[in-house]
Amino acid sequence: MDMKLNEQIDIPIAVEDKTQHQENSKISVRDLSAYFGKIKVLKNISLDVPEKKVVAIIGPSGCGKSTFLRSINRMHEVVGGTITGSILLDGEDIMKADPVYLRRKVGMVFQKPNPFPTMSIFNNVVAGLKMNGFRSKKILKQIVEKSLKQAALWDEVKDNLNDSGANISGGQQQRLCIARTIAINPEVILMDEPASALDPISTAKIEELIFELKKDFTIVIVTHNMQQAARVSDYTAFFYMGELVEYSNTKKMFTSPDKKQTEDYITGRFG
Amino acid sequence: MNKNNKFTFYRRKTTNVVMLSLSFISAVVTIIPLIMIFYYTISKGMSYLNLNFFTKLPTPVGTPGGGMVNAIFGTLILIGIGGGIGIPVGIMAGTYLSEFGKNKFGSTVRFLTDVLSGIPSIVVGVVAYTLVVIPMKHFSALAGGVALAILMIPTITRTTEEMIKLVPHSYREAGLALGIPKWKTSILIVLKTAWKGIATGVLLGLARAAGETAPLLFTALGNRFWSTNVFQPIASLTVYIYEYSAAPYKDWNDQAWTAALVLILLISLLSLIFRIITRSKYKS
Repeated sequence: MDMKLNEQIDIPIAVEDKTQHQENSKISVRDLSAYFGKIKVLKNISLDVPEKKVVAIIGPSGCGKSTFLRSINRMHEVVGGTITGSILLDGEDIMKADPVYLRRKVGMVFQKPNPFPTMSIFNNVVAGLKMNGFRSKKILKQIVEKSLKQAALWDEVKDNLNDSGANISGGQQQRLCIARTIAINPEVILMDEPASALDPISTAKIEELIFELKKDFTIVIVTHNMQQAARVSDYTAFFYMGELVEYSNTKKMFTSPDKKQTEDYITGRFG
Repeated sequence: MNKNNKFTFYRRKTTNVVMLSLSFISAVVTIIPLIMIFYYTISKGMSYLNLNFFTKLPTPVGTPGGGMVNAIFGTLILIGIGGGIGIPVGIMAGTYLSEFGKNKFGSTVRFLTDVLSGIPSIVVGVVAYTLVVIPMKHFSALAGGVALAILMIPTITRTTEEMIKLVPHSYREAGLALGIPKWKTSILIVLKTAWKGIATGVLLGLARAAGETAPLLFTALGNRFWSTNVFQPIASLTVYIYEYSAAPYKDWNDQAWTAALVLILLISLLSLIFRIITRSKYKS
């Protein structure tokens, strides 16, 4: 099995971006196709996500962005998708891992803020830990404070930690969801349009937060907002009709993309 | 506005007023029976509603006084046994149906549950008689409890399933994405979120069971003495109401009204307790 894994890693990078280094690749996607029933929604995607960088996925609705994101922590299975090809996390095939453990390493923030309505802010943050049997009150308290500070929410909620997690504003709820995700100390955070349901001020806060978070985490973010991709990401991938059209560093992507199709999409001529 | 328009305008207005009045009258009609039930049970049942009723055993015909303490406790024991069996089975079956029931087995169970909920309660009583009374060779509280459990299960199962289905998929996904195993997500997040609605279903099931008479006639039978032994026949308010209301004695008839009033109070109390238990910690 080790042999096989090594072989897979040694495959030359299939991505078009020459600036990337194979050694620090956190996630390696090889020849990934995804299906819902018989419909093929992702077609032979290969790309590498470098460690502690932000990769933005852009593309028109229905191009497979979310499916791509979900397959990285196998959340596609929850909605009935199947994949072929391979996704390696630190060189390990995620399809061979237990999805429960995989998701503790690869956290996810969803489009719509979804804090648990039956839990307090405190319990929302430590839900993942508590439900997996973590009990020490003292340590939980420290984790809550640390995670909320990391999610830039601590100052706003520190006096109401026992209030319902569903009674704060939408932007705060989303940051609470981010705190909840980082509380279990993942290595990768996947974000599925995390700011699309929020107002501009909350969006700006989330973007600042992403900038801070990449010091500690590898982040993959799906976004519909081109400016957002340009602002927060180091690398950008453009998906169209289930195919990876172009993947390169963000600056290049937004100034001189290689493909005409990418340029047209970015400048708003289609999509 | 020309003449034709004016005509349709008034016709529309008239139709509106007529339909609105009919709906209002229907709404009033639906609450009339309830008002009448309260009026009769209170006015006729009040005369025997005193401490004796809650502390004394029934007296023989002709002897004044007495109460129904055995029946009050009997009813509580019966719905206790019924709930003890019916609530866990119903909730777990409902959870199964909503979480894993998207197959042929699930839809079969769902259909049969609906059939079960439509079966007359007296038939359920006969079944419990065959299942429990005949092997045990005598009537018992246990047999009554089994009959009531069978009656509760479909209500609780279906309400649980529907309530769990109402929980947004995003909470489930959030739980799974946090690396929480599916079964824990189902219980600690989904079931907890749906808890209030499930409690309503449980309450409906218990209330219906508490009001059943027919299945108890073949199972718990009745008992004129104090008994808390679940393997012996046990008294219940509903069976007393049935016997006392048909008896040719005025004081028994009056006590039947009191028993009815106490039963209503008991169910209201149960409902109140459920409200308090399931009260949300947070104002919404």
